[in-house]
Formats: sequence, C-alpha cells, structure tokens
Amino acid sequence: MEERTLTCIGCPMGCQVSVQMDAGKILSVTGNTCPRGDAYAREEVTAPARTVTSTIPVTGGGRKVRIPCKTASDIPKQKIFVVMAQIHKAGAQAPVRRGDVLIRDVAGTGVDVIATGDVL
Amino acid sequence: MKTVDIVIIGGGPAGLAAALSARKAGTENILIIERDDELGGILNQCIHNGFGLHTFHEELTGPEYAGRFIDQVKEAGIPYLLNTMVLDISRAGAAPDACADAGAAQTAPETAESAAAGGARHIITATNRTDGLFQIGAQAVILAMGCRERPRGALNIPGYRPAGIFSAGTAQRLVNVEGYMPGHEVVILGSGDIGLIMARRMTLEGAKVKVVAELMPYSGGLKRNIVQCLDDFGIPLKLSHTVVDIEGKDRVKAVTIAQVGADRRPIPGTEERYTCDTLLLSVGLIPENELSRAAGIEINGVTNGPVVNESLETSEEGVFACGNVLHVHDLVDNVSEEASRAGTNAARFVARNSGKTTPPDTLNTQAEAGETRTGAKTRTGAGEIQVRTGNGVRYTVPSFVNPERLDGNLIIRFRVGAIYKDASVVVRLGGERLRALKKKIIAPGEMEQVIITKDELLQHENADSIEISIEENSAAQAAQSR
Repeated sequence: MEERTLTCIGCPMGCQVSVQMDAGKILSVTGNTCPRGDAYAREEVTAPARTVTSTIPVTGGGRKVRIPCKTASDIPKQKIFVVMAQIHKAGAQAPVRRGDVLIRDVAGTGVDVIATGDVL
Repeated sequence: MKTVDIVIIGGGPAGLAAALSARKAGTENILIIERDDELGGILNQCIHNGFGLHTFHEELTGPEYAGRFIDQVKEAGIPYLLNTMVLDISRAGAAPDACADAGAAQTAPETAESAAAGGARHIITATNRTDGLFQIGAQAVILAMGCRERPRGALNIPGYRPAGIFSAGTAQRLVNVEGYMPGHEVVILGSGDIGLIMARRMTLEGAKVKVVAELMPYSGGLKRNIVQCLDDFGIPLKLSHTVVDIEGKDRVKAVTIAQVGADRRPIPGTEERYTCDTLLLSVGLIPENELSRAAGIEINGVTNGPVVNESLETSEEGVFACGNVLHVHDLVDNVSEEASRAGTNAARFVARNSGKTTPPDTLNTQAEAGETRTGAKTRTGAGEIQVRTGNGVRYTVPSFVNPERLDGNLIIRFRVGAIYKDASVVVRLGGERLRALKKKIIAPGEMEQVIITKDELLQHENADSIEISIEENSAAQAAQSR
C-alpha cells in the first residue's frame, strides 16, 4: 500500500489530504474537511487537471493591446505547455466580449479558450 | 458646487461593492471616483483564476469577477468618473486654501458655503483632464483606495541599481496588460501571493524562474498558490532566505541569496548565486492612506489602515473605509463582503442625517481636527466596547463596537503573527470566556474571523472589551508551515 499526501486547493483552507492507494486503486481519502477535498484528491492522483489563464494580443482595441483569456474548463495538467504554445500563436480582433471563444478545442483537449475581459 | 450623498473613492472591488450596497440600501445619489481609465482596479491585471468561490460559488478570473460587479454598477446606473484623481478630503467649511484658490475660477459662484447649505459634510477636491480641478460635496465618503506594493527602497538590499528589478505587481501589469516580458531568467524575493502567481505566469510565458526566496520561515501566500504556481512547475521555494547581493550595472546579471537565522540576518557561508536578468519583489502591500492621513483620520499602526468601528466608520464621522485601504485582504470575496457592509452603513448614515442640515461650525472644526489625531480613545463614546488583541493576534478590524448601532452580527477579522497548529481562537467578552474555536492551522497569510451575535453582545451589556487571542492546545507551535 502506498500513501500520497496532497495540499487540497479547492478553497483557501489548504487541507492536507492523504490518499491511500494499492496498485493504482484508491482505497481511502483522509484529512479532507469537505466533499470537494475528496474529489480533488481522487482526481489529483489519477488525472490532475488545471485551468490555464493567459492573455492574447488584440488589435483594434485602442490602448488595450491584450485580452485576458482562460480555458473554459480544466485541461489535463500535462497539457499546460501545449495549450500555452497554441495561445502564444493566437490573436484577436476587437470587439471581444467576456465569454467569446478565442480558440476552439485548444490542443485537442476538447476545451475552448474564452475571453475573460472585454475589449470593445 | 455639485453635491452628492455618497462619494466613493476608488472603483476597484471595494468601491464597486460599496456602491451597489449603498444603492440597495436606498441612497440614490452616489458617485464613484476612479483614477484609472476603467473600473475594476487591480483585478483587471489579475488574470489568474480562483476569485469568487464565496461570492459567486464558482471560480472566476480577476477580470471576470470585476466584470460582474461593473455590469451591476452600470445596470444600477450608478455614476462614476474615470481618469480622476482625488487630491483632498476636508470637512465642509474647512476646505484647503490652496485648492479653494485654484478652483476659484470654476467654483466661484458656489463656494463651500453653498455646500454647507446643501447639507454636505465633506468636500472632495479632485482633478481630471476635462474638468480640471473641482470640488464635490458629500454627506458620506467611502474610502476604497486599495493598497500598493512595498518597493525595493524599503528593503535595504545591497548592490547596484540596474534595470531588471520590478515589484511583482508591476511585472504583472507589464505581462498581462501591456504585453511586455520583463525578463527571461527570474529570481523572486517574497512568497506573497503576487510573487507566487508571477512565478507561474513568467514560467508560462517562457521565462525560467530559478527560485523563490522567502525571508520568513513560512510563506505568506495561500497554500493553493504554492501548490499550483510553484510545485506544479518544480520551482524551489527557499524559506528563511533573502537576497544579499544584486550584480549588474546596466541590467541585473546575478542575484545572491543566503539563509537567514532566527534573527533574520544572513548566515555567512550559505550564499548561493543565481545568474538571472530579473528580480521580482513580492514583499508586502501597504494600504494607500495619504488622503486619509491628510484628512486627519486616525490610522492603525499595525494595519496602516484607518481605525474603524463596527460600522467601518473611521475617526471622521461619515467617512467609512473598506477593502485593502482598511487592511490588506487575501481574498477579494472578503473585500466585497466588507465593502458592502461599508456601503450599507454609509447609506444609513445618509438617511439618518438627511433632512437636518448641520452647517458646520468653522471654528469648532479646526479645534476638533487636532483632537481626532490624539488617539482612538477620544472616540470611545458611551456604549462603545473596545476590541483588544490578545496573545498571538496582531490586529483586529474593527477596533470599537457599539452594540446598539450593530445591524445583525458582529464580524471581527484579524491576523495572527506566527503559524499556530492545533490552536484555538478564544473570544472573551468583558473578561468572560465566550467561546474557543479549534483550528487545525492559523497562519499569518490567511485572514481569520470570528462572529459574535448581537444577542451575545446585548447579554453582556456591562462588558467593556472584547478580546481575541490564540491559545495553543498542544504547545506545539510549528516554526515551519509545510
């Protein structure tokens, strides 16, 4: 049996959560103080995921030259830099509004990169 | 002179939430004054996610969180001025001479006298490109100016003054708003949240972040940021370390860090040299209270923010404070919550005072201005309870409570001075132990709060103080946070 200790990031509490595993199977999760901690720990040891946030150059926005953006949901952690590579190649044209899709299906993750601000 | 009920200084998260709640509480005539060219404040450059878990029950980025409040402010039709800098807050009838003279050309027909006649208690002097220097009268003022970063000059780091040394927030603005990369090989001093966030941001933009050095034996940043910004990218965090040398004349060439002892002085022989072209400083935030100080508002020496009562009202009657200008917060959700209380209380103040015009007595105003500086005790009037900091507690907000004025429960926010594990937050009311709240961990980097109900306060009507202290359950105070 092996045990992995994680710091839960579900909220600012930062609970130390332990996951007891045997041959890749999760036996138990301890140390969490809410269901989110349990879910986070299970996901983190099997399929860690992150939301990536960045900015994309925007033209036609006057003094505003960057539009902030994010992956619309979590992407696999190991794909962070592939996603960033595609974000680095992207560009946008004003007007852009919060929620507008800037990159569809980024790096084959099935997740869109969307604008998080307005450049009108 | 134009007169409004409430002037809100600052259009960031605190100012926006205060405006919305003041309007909800019935004040129609509100004006937000913002010095930047858009509302939203620092959130506009905080493009990372993690905002709004408490307020909206979902994870938002900074611009999204600000956007939701800005939308509501616009829907409510609350007026705001952009690109406008407030220069002074004065009592009506005691406006500063220099400004009165300079603004005389424009405001000559309506002087401070007419403001007093209109019931304005405070005169705000501000300037912008279209209106020049102008004054606005207000019944109540909400201070929501936020905070700024502690600069290198405050640190006494030896070495030259080459290019390549930035505060973390400046670097954040350069990368996220202006679209410039400040450098390629980076050392970060200070593990506050902005420093941690920038370690990840610079890494994602292709820079190599070599190390984050932290003077204290624990990080001041949120756990979540240590995990997602450093651990995820294998960036080392060196606790009890500081910068002892910066090399390079035109541009940073290398930075030397060394371990520090319990006295926080570098230990000879522990130096490590990192070649780099950039040093980012994330070494603390300072509430921006130049306006408050100039207005004679009493400042708490620990928070560097105004001393406030349960209504978040400062030593100056009708001037309220909220957000990072009051005390530096870790979570914007707490800022919004606090600011909406300030907004509600300011609206109540306006409602209480509307109708009865109180022309300020100029002679008395001068005399009182001196008194307000002498200390908070002058303000502890009848029925006011002092909130005291006991063992381990650095400060509390508020500092005074009048249970009669309290609307609902009392929220006391505070920070501790060290890391406590398996400890209790003990609340005493008039010396009597009201309750002890067990905590697995209490850290300086994470603001804590206790709630005392109005009933509890009224039941202890003879109590002259509330004390918040930390009691160690196992005397096992850990020096290390992780």
